Amino acid sequence: MEKAASALETQMLQVNIGPQHPSTHGVFRMNVTLDGETVVRLKPVMGYLHRNHEKIAEGASYLASMPFTDRLDYICSMTNNLGYAIAVEKLAGIEVPERAEYIRVIMAELTRLVNHTLLVGFLLNDLGAFFTPTLYAFREREKILDLFEAASGARMMCNYMRFGGVKNDFPTGFMEKLKEVIANYPRFLDEFERLLTENEILMGRCQNVGILPRKLAVNASVTGPMLRASGVDYDIRKVDGYSIYPRFKFRVPLGTVGDVYDRYYVRILEMRESVKILEQAVKEMPEGEVLSAKAKTGAKSPRTFRPPKGDAYGRIESPKGELGFYLVSDGTPNPYRYHVRPPSFVNLTILEDMCLGLKVADAIIILGSIDIVLGEVDR
Amino acid sequence: MEPLEAIQKQLEEKIPGLKLTPEGAGFLVDRKDLLTVARFLKENEPYKMDYVSNLCGVDYKEYLESVAYLYSMEKKEGPILLKVRVSREDPKVPSLTPLFRGAEYQEREAYDMFGIIYEGHPDLRRILMWEEFVHYPLRKDYKPEDQDLLEDEKQPPEAIQGGK
Repeated sequence: MEKAASALETQMLQVNIGPQHPSTHGVFRMNVTLDGETVVRLKPVMGYLHRNHEKIAEGASYLASMPFTDRLDYICSMTNNLGYAIAVEKLAGIEVPERAEYIRVIMAELTRLVNHTLLVGFLLNDLGAFFTPTLYAFREREKILDLFEAASGARMMCNYMRFGGVKNDFPTGFMEKLKEVIANYPRFLDEFERLLTENEILMGRCQNVGILPRKLAVNASVTGPMLRASGVDYDIRKVDGYSIYPRFKFRVPLGTVGDVYDRYYVRILEMRESVKILEQAVKEMPEGEVLSAKAKTGAKSPRTFRPPKGDAYGRIESPKGELGFYLVSDGTPNPYRYHVRPPSFVNLTILEDMCLGLKVADAIIILGSIDIVLGEVDR
Repeated sequence: MEPLEAIQKQLEEKIPGLKLTPEGAGFLVDRKDLLTVARFLKENEPYKMDYVSNLCGVDYKEYLESVAYLYSMEKKEGPILLKVRVSREDPKVPSLTPLFRGAEYQEREAYDMFGIIYEGHPDLRRILMWEEFVHYPLRKDYKPEDQDLLEDEKQPPEAIQGGK
């Protein structure tokens, strides 16, 4: 054991936080060395949920992996579907009908609302506000899950996107409900913010904690709200302009300090931008097909779907960051190689750097502000 | 972004003795040149490829491949793809981690799944599988162990192909 740096004869203490601990958001372990309450070393240990998602996908047809992507980041199944669909469409050169693009954007932005709302709720849980903010968040999430259920038949494991469109059109009465949710969301955000944003405890605990400098954030491949909280203007919706995002007017909120508070607030602002995108999408949404005729036959007989030889990397701005799928085709019905680039796995790289020299309680909220889902980290 | 041919010309001009093969959206690089090329792309205008997005291994049976997608956050451009091919007997690739911290966990994952050894990586351990595991599960010749066998009926790991 190393000696601690104090006048008294003390020892460093090695503690395992997790894998079964409510603050680790799943089965995740932090191997921490402590000097008193100060973190001097922190090594994340993961893989408890590992099921070799990539190997399983190699043994299944392209379409058969679609429902399996739901289980990656189980809070954001719609964006996982979208990322995978975009990668395969890139590989096989499939066009998407316009109405389907609108549906996809609507679903992706609703997912962003769900994810950020929940994250803020759970972050408050980590801060010690036990489950009151989380239940406010769950209440709103339920309304959006009802919409997902109406459209796809499932609340969480949606399996809604297909290569070249989406599974089915919105059912009757869906648009009214959707408009209602969109119209009420800013009011909920106001309520949430009134409780939290200028709350003294929240500010005291989060400000200037876990600062991630801009340069390190870029170098460590951090993406998503966490990167933007550090002040880097990089949103793949703007940079790549995939799907029909260039048609919508929205801003990319940026943080200035890069601490936990900025990560919280950037997410709140991002939700407000998502509401703007939703409003525009609902207004401009055209009529028409949601799955092209060619894609329909592909969806009915997945074994005949054989993309040409080659590789493709499709990426989207998922609520947690850059979600990418790297696919290699050898001309058979199964992918030769299927790789997921999960945002929360890569964002964890930098966890130790942010926690060093801080207290254990800070390490917990820093982990909470990264926003990880273990289904995606471990795959 | 400049077309790939222009980038290739530029790179081959600036780095003496470099030979690149265009491959998809990027280049096939010899492993001894990987770090030089990556550093050149990272530090020089007009590329400024400061962000390694996706890094993974692929097993093509005759050889293993390590794929890295470089993007530029500063210029909002990209990607440039860098592929390195190595034999199964000598799967050593220089690590990008000293240049890009973001490669750290992804290289650990590629090591874990394919047994690609990233030289110069500060902490190359298994990340998703447990430490005692001896195989590389995403290699094409890996055979999962038979769950129905009893512990003493199992073959020693060395007898299974793809073992260490």
